[in-house]
Amino acid sequence: MTTQTVQAAQTGKDGQPLLSVQDLKIRIKMDNGTMHAVDGVDFVIKRGQTLGLVGESGCGKSLTSRAIIGINPKECETTGKIVYDDESDSDLDLLALDPKGKRIRSIRGRKIAMIFQEPMTAFSPMYTIGNQIVEAIRTHRTKNKKEAKKIALEMLGKVGISDQEKRFDQYPHEFSGGMRQRAMISMALSCNPELLIADEPTTALDVTIQAQVLELMQALQREFGMAILLVTHDLGIIAEMCDEVAVMYLGKIVEQAPVKELFYNPKHPYTKGLMKSMPRLGGEKSVRLESIEGSVPMPIDMPPMCGFYDRCKDRIEGVCNARAVPKTYISDQHTVRCFLYTGRQEGEPS
Amino acid sequence: MLQYSIKRILMAIPVVVFISFIVFYIIQLPPGDYVSSYSAQMTAAGEVMTQEDMDQMRANLGLDRPVYEQYAIWIKKIVLHGDFGFSFNYNKPVLDVVKQYMGLTLVVSLVTMAFQYLVAIPIGIYTAVKQYSAEDYFFSGISFLGMATPNFLLAIILMYLSYTWFGDPLLGLFSNEYVNAPWSMAKLMDLLKHLVIPVIVIGLASTADLIRVMRGQMLDELNKPNVVTARSKGLSEAKILFKYPTRAALNPIVSTFGWSLSSIFTGSTITAIVLNLPIQGPVMYKALLGQDMYLAGSWLLFMALLTVLGTLISDILLAWLDPKIRTEFRGN
Amino acid sequence: MRTIPVFRRTRTQTAKSAAAKDIQISSQWRLIYLKFKRHKLARISMYVLGFLYLVALFAQFIAPYGLQSYDSKYVNASPMTIRFIDSEGKFHLRPFVYELKSARDPETMRKIFVADPEKRYSLQFFVKGEEYKFLGMFSTTRHLFGVEEPGRLFLLGTDAMGRDMFSRIVLGSQISLSIPLVGVGISFVLGLIIGGISGYFGGWIDSIIQRIIEIIRSFPTLPLWMALSAAIPPRIPIVTMYLYIVIIFAFIGWTDLARVVRGKFISLKNEDYVVAAKIAGVGNTKIIVKHLLPGFLSYLVVATTLAIPNMILGETAMSFLGLGIRSPATSWGVLLQEAQKIENVALYPWKLIPLAFVVLTVLAYNFLGDGLRDAADPYKK
Repeated sequence: MTTQTVQAAQTGKDGQPLLSVQDLKIRIKMDNGTMHAVDGVDFVIKRGQTLGLVGESGCGKSLTSRAIIGINPKECETTGKIVYDDESDSDLDLLALDPKGKRIRSIRGRKIAMIFQEPMTAFSPMYTIGNQIVEAIRTHRTKNKKEAKKIALEMLGKVGISDQEKRFDQYPHEFSGGMRQRAMISMALSCNPELLIADEPTTALDVTIQAQVLELMQALQREFGMAILLVTHDLGIIAEMCDEVAVMYLGKIVEQAPVKELFYNPKHPYTKGLMKSMPRLGGEKSVRLESIEGSVPMPIDMPPMCGFYDRCKDRIEGVCNARAVPKTYISDQHTVRCFLYTGRQEGEPS
Repeated sequence: MLQYSIKRILMAIPVVVFISFIVFYIIQLPPGDYVSSYSAQMTAAGEVMTQEDMDQMRANLGLDRPVYEQYAIWIKKIVLHGDFGFSFNYNKPVLDVVKQYMGLTLVVSLVTMAFQYLVAIPIGIYTAVKQYSAEDYFFSGISFLGMATPNFLLAIILMYLSYTWFGDPLLGLFSNEYVNAPWSMAKLMDLLKHLVIPVIVIGLASTADLIRVMRGQMLDELNKPNVVTARSKGLSEAKILFKYPTRAALNPIVSTFGWSLSSIFTGSTITAIVLNLPIQGPVMYKALLGQDMYLAGSWLLFMALLTVLGTLISDILLAWLDPKIRTEFRGN
Repeated sequence: MRTIPVFRRTRTQTAKSAAAKDIQISSQWRLIYLKFKRHKLARISMYVLGFLYLVALFAQFIAPYGLQSYDSKYVNASPMTIRFIDSEGKFHLRPFVYELKSARDPETMRKIFVADPEKRYSLQFFVKGEEYKFLGMFSTTRHLFGVEEPGRLFLLGTDAMGRDMFSRIVLGSQISLSIPLVGVGISFVLGLIIGGISGYFGGWIDSIIQRIIEIIRSFPTLPLWMALSAAIPPRIPIVTMYLYIVIIFAFIGWTDLARVVRGKFISLKNEDYVVAAKIAGVGNTKIIVKHLLPGFLSYLVVATTLAIPNMILGETAMSFLGLGIRSPATSWGVLLQEAQKIENVALYPWKLIPLAFVVLTVLAYNFLGDGLRDAADPYKK
């Protein structure tokens, strides 16, 4: 498979910013201090394109993606701005909206839809698949039951589920894992969203099913022209799916670049480590896979320093552990948070 | 579904048979038998039975035969003639006594059951949604006290309070003027008024228990990914709450429904004795004190059978509510 | 396993990391203990129960009067107040009580008791009283506290026969607190064996045991207890009566525990580490003792603790109805018999005092069980 998304229909406003996350911070109060789960994240999602958010588990990528539509648990104290280019208001700050209010609900599922890692638990076992898809359609598109069912059946067909009439009335436990994720995608896309947030969409699936689901997502992206925010820990999926990549570590984006640039020219020691830990086809046989030493610390009451300091091979004592790391521009599109690089820094004029 | 129900009903049959064994065993338990009790009664009434009379009577009743034959006679009479034996205390057939008190026993039990679920489910949902709030602690405290206070003493305390506040301890199920009156609106209101204390007293312990179960289930369900999915679809919070976590949390509650009948009988027995309600409790109590074992045993039998029926219904209901069991029996 | 580094600016780091290290190398029982220690209510409950059982153990010594002792002069006397300051305002280092004298309530003309400031009796420790056997071993006449004859001490009032309520509550606690323990003990053994057989062997044995449990559970507990107690012959020695009642309680109690054991057995049987042991050729007995038992012993302790309150309430209810413990023996339920009449409660509210002890004990067991339940699963948050 090749990165076909680049060839996606370049119609209308494609490539224009759709959503921009600015200085997003999520803090969670714990028994033993405040956890800075997400600590000053910025990125822009462009119309019709795919942004990958990659990192180890616990780095804050899921919280970031859920903060966009305000569905994090109420213990999460969220600050910053999430600006969405809505038809009625091109400067709509989603974070400023009441998370239980009508306005954000008219965006959830309608403009920004989401699919989850565990398709088994993401569906309620108590209702039929059809019921749960129609619910989304009837919330946003039509009150008419028959029409909603027609749309749902059509969507089930689009995601490659045959015998839709029968499947419609089945319960989640009667679906296989891959089928459930297909059904989940059909539910998310049933209201033609402009942005699809996919949180580890294939992690729980078999490898062969993974490939099918990813292909399906690409095909549907071409058809519907939506943007995708793909949250994953799998660099292979990033390479296949994304236009741009943001690497997250300990609540911060440590490196961000277009996908090719990142893979051929990784800068941050953490990104480099990730690359080396990934198996490659056609590489020299004798090369051993490397792992990154240590484990991710808990970001509780963390002093201003580089979060990767403890595990970094190239750390500079007295610098890396002394102050917060600013964002440095390697090029216009490539930024990194590391003291090893010099260049224009954030806040400085270009 | 039908297949499951039939299977479940068939499974209940041996249970019922064994229950009848146990009840028969209990009837036989106290020292002495029917005839010696009967002769004691006669002696008290001034007539003397000779040993021959007693032997004759034993032979007539089949009491001189082996235990299993006696059981066969007992069960045959019940099944074929609806004859549960004779009650000395009331001096009439057991079935007549049971009939006389069964109606109000069921009324009290069913009202209590309705009270339990109507109170416990909303409070369980509310305290789960508002976990760790002042209201949550308040209801937790109440339910702990409710579980720890013996219900018969609660009855006395409530009676005392009702006496000091309203000048009427609200004993029994009817005021004096209505006991023998024909049914009317006023009599119904009077009954409802008298039901308040018994229902609270009998139901409090199980209600407290149910609140805790419901709250726990809700907390589990509220943290499930399907709630996040529902939220991401743009549904309103109220709709999410009732359609997803509440519906799922109700399932295990339904399965308690049959057993709650048994705990209601336990609670109502002693409460009714204290409050002097004209229902099963005092009747059985007096029967036991007077060793009127056919009456006591029959009540036990009826209560156990009702519980079996209750669990049967709740099991079938549970199967019907749970898609996994329901679809298992659906043809492809 | 490696420790997870925690960034902290505060000085507590060393202490915290020491604690964290502690947790990582602890055995399961130590984890349970650590978790339990943090459950405040459960800890307090444990102390309360410890105190109650200590009192029950030394009941004859602590109670100023014996079970049979009564004084018809003081029928339904109200609780006495322990005083330090006498009617003339003089302070006494040694606490004292006034003798009660009967009088008439000026409004209702009912007989009541009032304190008589003329007759003052000091409270004394280790006073001579009735003879009893200390811990059943040697005879003595010393009681922990009391007043000199002919004075009387009624801390919690007296009953309708002029017997001291405090002494009777303390003495009654021996039966009220031990019946549930013995009953649950028997249930525990029965439940463990029967539930274990059911869960380990499965198949038709399991089906039959499950049906039997279902049958017993179909009977409402109290009526069944009542019916069974009708078989207890009247006028039998206290020890025999006690045994009868304990067996009746255990007859029903074991079913719940057997269900817990069976459920745990079945879920543990398929755990990877048990399967691994089996594949490695470990014998049945060793698997049960070494792998299965530790896995659910903690749950069983919890279930047992939570079964006790029901037995306490059951004993109270049965004795209250006169179907359980009968005089001359006494228990809290027996003491509450006098509270059956609403007039008694209205006129002599101290007759409800035994209720407070029942509620306290039941609550304490409930909290203790709750704390143990949280602690039993130390890996769960």
